[in-house]
Amino acid sequence: MNGVRKRYLRPLDFKLGRVDMSHGAGGRAMAQLIDELFAAAFANDYLSQGNDGALLPAQGGRLVMATDAHVVSPLFFPGGDIGCLSIHGTINDVAVMGARPLWIAASFIIEEGFALGELKRIVDSMAEAAREASVPVVTGDTKVVESGKADGVFITTTAVGVVPEGVLLSGDRARPGDVVLVSGSLGDHGMAIMSRRENLTFAAPIVSDTAALHGMVANLLETGADIRVLRDPTRGGLATTLNEIARQSGVGMMLEEAAIPVKPVVAAACEFLGLDPLYVANEGKLVAICALADAKRLLSAMRRHPLGQDAAIIGKVQEDDHQFVQMNTSFGGRRIVDWLTGEQLPRIC
Amino acid sequence: MKYVDEFRDGELAKGLAKAIAAEVAPRRDYSFMEFCGGHTHAISRYGVGDLLPPNVRMIHGPGCPVCVLPIGRMDLAIRLALDRGVILCTYGDTLRIPASNGLSLLKAKAGVGNIGNIGSTRGDIRMVYSTTDALNIAREHPGREVVFLAIGFETTTPPTALAILQAHREDLQNFSVLCNHVLTPAAITHILESPEVRQYGTVPLDGFIGPAHVSTVIGSRPYEYFAEEYRKPVVIAGFEPLDVMQAICMLVRQVNQGRAEVENEFSRAVTREGNLKAQRLVSNVFELRRSFEWRGLGEVPYSALQIRAGFARFDAERRYGLNYVPVPDNKACECGAILRGVKKPRDCKIFGTVCTPENPMGSCMVSSEGACAAHYSFGRHKDFSGDGGNS
Repeated sequence: MNGVRKRYLRPLDFKLGRVDMSHGAGGRAMAQLIDELFAAAFANDYLSQGNDGALLPAQGGRLVMATDAHVVSPLFFPGGDIGCLSIHGTINDVAVMGARPLWIAASFIIEEGFALGELKRIVDSMAEAAREASVPVVTGDTKVVESGKADGVFITTTAVGVVPEGVLLSGDRARPGDVVLVSGSLGDHGMAIMSRRENLTFAAPIVSDTAALHGMVANLLETGADIRVLRDPTRGGLATTLNEIARQSGVGMMLEEAAIPVKPVVAAACEFLGLDPLYVANEGKLVAICALADAKRLLSAMRRHPLGQDAAIIGKVQEDDHQFVQMNTSFGGRRIVDWLTGEQLPRIC
Repeated sequence: MKYVDEFRDGELAKGLAKAIAAEVAPRRDYSFMEFCGGHTHAISRYGVGDLLPPNVRMIHGPGCPVCVLPIGRMDLAIRLALDRGVILCTYGDTLRIPASNGLSLLKAKAGVGNIGNIGSTRGDIRMVYSTTDALNIAREHPGREVVFLAIGFETTTPPTALAILQAHREDLQNFSVLCNHVLTPAAITHILESPEVRQYGTVPLDGFIGPAHVSTVIGSRPYEYFAEEYRKPVVIAGFEPLDVMQAICMLVRQVNQGRAEVENEFSRAVTREGNLKAQRLVSNVFELRRSFEWRGLGEVPYSALQIRAGFARFDAERRYGLNYVPVPDNKACECGAILRGVKKPRDCKIFGTVCTPENPMGSCMVSSEGACAAHYSFGRHKDFSGDGGNS
């Protein structure tokens, strides 16, 4: 990217310009896009090495690597956009392994004709999210596909993190008697997207909860509580996440519906669209499973963090050969909270 | 959530549960059919069965529009999408209804299925939330034929009628409707006339919970016939769990007092006459079909609607010269018996093994309002814990 002599180039037109096929062709136009947009926004020492890959210092101990493709529609939604979402989503996948996220790689698939101005908004939002999280975007890739072969922009991010010694979080560690916690209200992200898609307006707007959770995870680990599993309940919502853990650990669970936090406006929107908030995606929430003795300590640590003020204990792990996640309903009955069937909300993240 | 939570209140539920327990005669059994899938769903989702005495049994009726749509009707829709290249618009639930050759609209959309049969064609099949969406798609694609696959009981019929009238007013050239609208009273009559109920008594039936939304349109009057002619109490109830509990309490009372009347628990929305404007709209656009095949019930005379001749060009069956070919259900599938109340989901050999919500063999496993899907998704833990009863 250093080979381009800027003074001979007309700068990119972020007001009216559009991405064309040359921006992904590997030539001068692509170098300019990388220079003026990506390198400028993500500016850091690793990226400015300007090589095909980032040269990173080796880390001792155990590494975690996670990757996530983002295809959300619409690209901009209340509370965020595909840019910050693509940073938060991948950081969270690393964080719930108990790791401290270090670096991110980002790969863009852009549709021919996409407005450069919108691309800049998205990249700036990514850069800001990465800066806030102190996790630099150290390498990347850009491809352009013909009009109609993608939908605006798809972003894949990969993050690497390092796990502190002594920390072992895994979906197969839940044991009967353990306690299930969530860090806040459920369904905010999915319903923010849906309300935007369906042009639903409510007295209080529904805002996505998209946020990086590694700060809260670090606080939780500091308590020394015996945390078995952390997971971020994204697609498929809380129900799907708990079923995954139940299967991995070979246990059942019993939830208390009355204890599960859902904002009234989200509950109302779900009711309106015939959705169950337990199956709606979150992008800034944690599910934690920990030993009974440490549950209260963990809950107060969650609540002390700005992203965990509505945290709650919602149920317990129990023995069950069938690995059912069950729930005592507020109504007074009991039912299964099953795996999601089919597709509830396509392209939610 | 205001106006909703009041009908899901756990404390009130406890009170009603006590009232029902006090009302039932311990020595007899009570069997009530909730006709509607909406009630089936509420009973399963809120665990209403857990609050009922063991001698009160709920039978899940055929009032789930997805469940009663026969394979042959789905085949018509799939062929339209694959062979005629139309844009087929439909409500989300119909996408997964099993059709012939292992196909469904969802599979036809992805272009998989019996490869020899459909080659690499993909159906342009789009999920819509309302008939307005379907009309918009027709307006946006004047060069394409757009067909709306209309399903449902009396509740979804008026919007379809409106769409046809609107298309007529706009003189939309590329829009038509594949009409599968069915009628509740005809299905109830069919169940009451079935040999299991009338002669053998294999399906003991002490009364009905009458539909909620359907009744807002047709009113409570059509059920008076069942109460008088068949001596079966009917209580029309809303779709909230407290509505269901209250209706059960009222049914138990009627049975105990030897009454067979139509009572209206859902008086906040249902009148005796119903929505006259909607009724007029429907009768302007639709007329009775001589006969219609229901999954599980077979051919039921005068149980469905077709588009009147005056709107023939919006009738996909006429427009494309479609011929209905009945296709028998999978032999192992018990949907028919389940829809008639003769069997329970767990009586079916393929329930939860071959037939699951991800891979439904029968239609009762498709919609969350279907008896099998509701039991699978919300209540199958009871099959293992030995507490049986209602789910």
